[in-house]
Amino acid sequence: MARKNDVLVRFTDVQKSYDGETLVVKNLNIDISRGEFLTLLGPSGSGKTTTLMMLAGFETPTHGDIELGGKRLNNVPPHKRDIGMVFQNYALFPHMTVSENLAFPLQVRRKGRSEVAERVQRALDMVQLGSFGNRRPAQLSGGQQQRVALARALVFEPTLVLMDEPLGALDKQLREHMQLEIKHLHEQLGITVVYVTHDQSEALTMSDRIAVFHDGVIQQLATPSDLYERPKNAFVAQFIGENNRLNGKVAKLNGSNACLVTLDSGSQVQALPVNVSGEGSPTTLSLRPERVQINPPEGALPNVFDAKVEELIYLGDHIRTRCSLAGSDDFVVKVPNAQGHSSLQRGSRVKLGWAIEDCRALDA
Amino acid sequence: MAQATIDELQGLTTADGTPLRRALHRAERRAKIRAFLLVTPLLVFLAVTFIYPIAQMLWRSIYDDTIVTLLPNTVTAFKDWTDRDQLPPESVFAAFAVDMKQTREDRTIGQVATRVNFEEGGLRSIFTRTARHIDDAKNVTSWRDWFIQENPDWGKLNTWATIERLGHAYSILQYLAATDRQYDDHGNIVMAPEETQIYVPIFIRTLWMSLLVTLLTLLLGYPISYFLATLPIRTSNLLMIMVLLPFWTSLLVRTTSWIVILGKEGVLNDILVWLGLISDDGRIQMIYNQTGTLVAMTQILLPFMVLPLYSVMKTISPSYMRAAMSLGAPRFLAFWKVYAPNTLPGVGAGALLVFILSIGYYITPALVGGRTGQMISNFIAFHMQKSLNWGLAAALGGILLAGVLLLYALYNRLVGVEKLSLG
Repeated sequence: MARKNDVLVRFTDVQKSYDGETLVVKNLNIDISRGEFLTLLGPSGSGKTTTLMMLAGFETPTHGDIELGGKRLNNVPPHKRDIGMVFQNYALFPHMTVSENLAFPLQVRRKGRSEVAERVQRALDMVQLGSFGNRRPAQLSGGQQQRVALARALVFEPTLVLMDEPLGALDKQLREHMQLEIKHLHEQLGITVVYVTHDQSEALTMSDRIAVFHDGVIQQLATPSDLYERPKNAFVAQFIGENNRLNGKVAKLNGSNACLVTLDSGSQVQALPVNVSGEGSPTTLSLRPERVQINPPEGALPNVFDAKVEELIYLGDHIRTRCSLAGSDDFVVKVPNAQGHSSLQRGSRVKLGWAIEDCRALDA
Repeated sequence: MAQATIDELQGLTTADGTPLRRALHRAERRAKIRAFLLVTPLLVFLAVTFIYPIAQMLWRSIYDDTIVTLLPNTVTAFKDWTDRDQLPPESVFAAFAVDMKQTREDRTIGQVATRVNFEEGGLRSIFTRTARHIDDAKNVTSWRDWFIQENPDWGKLNTWATIERLGHAYSILQYLAATDRQYDDHGNIVMAPEETQIYVPIFIRTLWMSLLVTLLTLLLGYPISYFLATLPIRTSNLLMIMVLLPFWTSLLVRTTSWIVILGKEGVLNDILVWLGLISDDGRIQMIYNQTGTLVAMTQILLPFMVLPLYSVMKTISPSYMRAAMSLGAPRFLAFWKVYAPNTLPGVGAGALLVFILSIGYYITPALVGGRTGQMISNFIAFHMQKSLNWGLAAALGGILLAGVLLLYALYNRLVGVEKLSLG
């Protein structure tokens, strides 16, 4: 976690409404530390892009303060914020060459001709497009345009770089390649990045911390591993990675490390209480498919249930197995395609088991 | 799937050995024939109602056989006229007398007189007056003396030079007239005397006023289009209807409504008097002059500027402006450096459209232009309808057409027609 003096951006009680009736962003508080890669992750309409636009200065907060480097930003126009931005569709100026695009932020800052040329070239080399300066954006491929947009947002050495779903238009392979490239640039240059995406694997790959948005509220702000392994509520568990959900009621709380949950089907499961209000309250159990064991040794796991294999989907590195278990017919188990893996048949009966700490009792 | 094989001599062939090019041609022929059949009715319609009349008018501007057919003997006799500094020889006068008698008999003398009069004002009366007496001329020894005696103008070199020039079916005479030029007595092309120069000043005025209208529509249309393009679609559609509303109103109604507004006793003057800005005697003349034409044309042609501008601006992503601002450009600089250059195809299309339309505008200047607000098309109409000098009208129209084509070519050269966006 960031130390207090390292905070670069601070949102304090920020609210945003477009129509005066509903809040798009509800009471937002985040500290972003210098050099951090923070991702705002959420489904569309969750308020993540609005938050980014408020930081960039294209939207005004209805309430609350945004600070950058200790200075209140609310009334600073976008062009004086010194924030680089990469847009969803790159927004490269089509009537300028790549070099002219890159020179634009330097020219408006009235830098000398030779300095501009030198910095443009350096930025182009940085994204491995050294010889593409005279091309027009339309003559570049999607990935190249993306890199130019990146170079343009970095060339004037802004204190903060914002990225609004910059990889959304690329195909999967290129996207994954660019994810790593951006991550490496971030590490090399030590810049602070606020990144918006709705792609959870992208967020997990790149970020230092991820803020999961839903309904204008940050559901959880944590590191990728925390987010995946210790989701705080049902939404985060559902949104990040794959997740088996079992609905039930808390029957008994055994301290803070275990509880007994009665499922709607009547079966009882031992789980880790994370976000339950007390005995008798409804809860959603969250269980990652890869944490389920097939036919575990007798007595090794506290939760063991009979299940029936409904469907097998071959996915190369693993086999996605859909089972029916305790009243749910959408219980997924990932069987790694490792040497000597158990080969299941459709319709066969198996025993599935899991540990207490892998089964998190969350809000309903 | 037919496999193409490469034959060293014949190029690519399909699997059964047909040359690929021919196979492709055959496969596409049906589609081509169908496409052609679909456009045929329009093509025929255009050819009959548009291309043919234009071609005929242009033809008329360089071809006129009135004199050649009606004064055939004279035209032939002009071959004897070698010394152009002297009056034609007797043979020409004699042939002219024969032709004149014939035209009088055929009642075609009027046509001849009219045609000659177009070229040289005043010749009509000389022709008709002399023709009235030609049947009385008996035992004439020298037609030359008879004619000169009948009217001293027949002794002027210029009269005969005019008739001789008209004796060629193909000529550029109408184009000379349309550009205020003429032949002097020695056959050199010179400018007409200053007091008779009409068309060059009118062409210049037409170009100047069209340019002004184009600039005014751009000045008024650009902000409107920008505003429309940035509004949410529901609001912009409503406002677009208001921009288009004039389109659905008769041109005549729109023009005459300007008379009501701008007239000396009109709404605007009344308001100015009521506000005390001008006295009742000092009412401003805003119509029946260039101002009237400019105001009315600007209003009428504004949609032609707004539509292409709007359609281009609509496609410019708002993220360009945002990107420019995030890169450090203040709003106006961002607009000027990033937004405005991207609207150029729309500006070009709108300006070209408005300019070409206004260069040939007729009804509005005719109604509200008064004397000083007339444009070249009003003169073309005058020669078509009143003076019936179709040849001159055709030449004026031909120059206008050439001007427009030149402009189009220039635009194509500078901006590229493929970038033209008419919405």
